[in-house]
Amino acid sequence: MESNGVEASRIRQEIDSLNANKRNIEQQISALEAQLHQLEVNSNAVCTSSFSNGDLGSSNGLSPDMIYRYSRHLLLPSFGVQGQANLLKSSVLVIGAGGLGSPALLYLAACGVGRIGIVDHDVVELNNLQRQIIHTEAYIGKSKVESAAAACRSINSSTQIVEHKEAFRTSNALEIVSKYDVVVDATDNAPSRYMINDCCVVLGKPLISGAALGLEGQLTVYNYNGGPCYRCLFPTPPPTNACQRCADSGVLGVVPGVIGCLQALEAIKVASLVGEPLSGRMLLLDALSGRIRNVKLRGRSLQCEACGDHAVLTRQTFSDFDYAKFTQTPLSTGPLTLNLLTPDDRISSTEYSKKVAEGEAHVLVDVRPAHHYKIVSLPNSRNIPLSTLEGRLSEISAALEEEAKRRTLDGGSSASLFVICRRGNDSQRAVQLLHTLGFTSAKDIIGGLESWSHNVDPKFPTY
Amino acid sequence: MQLTLEFGGGLELLCDSVKIHNINVDPQDGEKQLTMKNLLSWVCTNVIKERPEMFMKGDSVRPGVLVLVNDTDWELSGQLETVLEEKDNVVFISTLHGG
Repeated sequence: MESNGVEASRIRQEIDSLNANKRNIEQQISALEAQLHQLEVNSNAVCTSSFSNGDLGSSNGLSPDMIYRYSRHLLLPSFGVQGQANLLKSSVLVIGAGGLGSPALLYLAACGVGRIGIVDHDVVELNNLQRQIIHTEAYIGKSKVESAAAACRSINSSTQIVEHKEAFRTSNALEIVSKYDVVVDATDNAPSRYMINDCCVVLGKPLISGAALGLEGQLTVYNYNGGPCYRCLFPTPPPTNACQRCADSGVLGVVPGVIGCLQALEAIKVASLVGEPLSGRMLLLDALSGRIRNVKLRGRSLQCEACGDHAVLTRQTFSDFDYAKFTQTPLSTGPLTLNLLTPDDRISSTEYSKKVAEGEAHVLVDVRPAHHYKIVSLPNSRNIPLSTLEGRLSEISAALEEEAKRRTLDGGSSASLFVICRRGNDSQRAVQLLHTLGFTSAKDIIGGLESWSHNVDPKFPTY
Repeated sequence: MQLTLEFGGGLELLCDSVKIHNINVDPQDGEKQLTMKNLLSWVCTNVIKERPEMFMKGDSVRPGVLVLVNDTDWELSGQLETVLEEKDNVVFISTLHGG
């Protein structure tokens, strides 16, 4: 028995030692691979990389490496050498390296588009990784464009990747877009969608437009071969409160994933001149019921202000147009900050935390929707969603009375009423409503739970 | 007249989060046909439960809403003047901007 134990321990030691050697060898291999990659990139700048267009192996213009890499494309009778050759000569610009851009970029890099541009000004955050699958934990806090470009290069070193680490604006849009054949709109807000559309109309570029929210997605191709543009369909921007954001309404990660893949597909079709792009039609995805519907859209509108017969859109009018004003939505997607109340009707999260510590008699109403409240909440808060507030005033009165009794306040004084939400907008709306309904002392906590987490308790989760 | 209505892109939130509605609606008194204009006012009264301004503007749908009659943009069938027929499928979908 004892000799068995000695033998087992010897084997374990040998395994540990071999594993250590293995790690060492793997590190050496990685270092050598990185060196090799750098050499290839450098030589690519001079002539071509080892996985390259040069050194043609046949009369069709494809090198042996390319024939091998793209063999499954070449074997498709409807795609074949011509489709691949067209793709290799093409360039695609992807605006937005988020939920839609991630899968679109991965497929565009893999499939052999000649040059890919990526535009984004944002950095990778932990709460992006659930859907923005091109990014990894190692890139948290770093530029999305750098992260996406590195991922694309590691898939296909023979595709040229151009990094545009800047916000897409009227001041740089024409210059950037003019360098590409096809544009993929993978942004997340209304003003960007109008701006990208108009830029594509001015420059005559086909636009692959995708959108996703919650459990639904939409896809279509604009400004292609005489088909409609975004403004033909939506000449007037929607009211701002109709534009929900993923950061507020949520999105199941795979939904933009599906739409982003379909955007890559449409971009490949347009760039390779194969198939029938989704122009004048729209694909609607309802993930919850597993339904995909393909609907017929209107044609190009003769009255369209961007592409119609009497349109006045030019490079100059485009550069001067204020898209944020037009859609009444800021181009940067930061959250809205309302200011509805006077300072007397508000307190900061730190002031509120002092009142809690001092034991001041009060009731804290959290007006977020119930499914938000389930994610995280402050102890001793009670959830009365804003949409139900008016019908539940008696609960607030009862809570205030009970709190006053519990703290044995004398008849003259009463408990205070504070209102909180996620970021401090709905709490102001709620306080306005409460004031008109007789709860005149109600105050909102400025900046909501995000401020609480930021200024009072860093361990309190944000979402 | 039996019709199927579908709401999407967030518009279902205006009608108790129900996406598909099988309805029975007849032309108004003195009219032989049911048009989209008639249907919109019927929907506003009978289906939309909250914030009607998020569905309608004037006598049509608000900007940003696509209307599809039998999977075809209503611009191609006469918009408000589109004449509906038995078993038609009408979709109201709000355009999405997220990504």
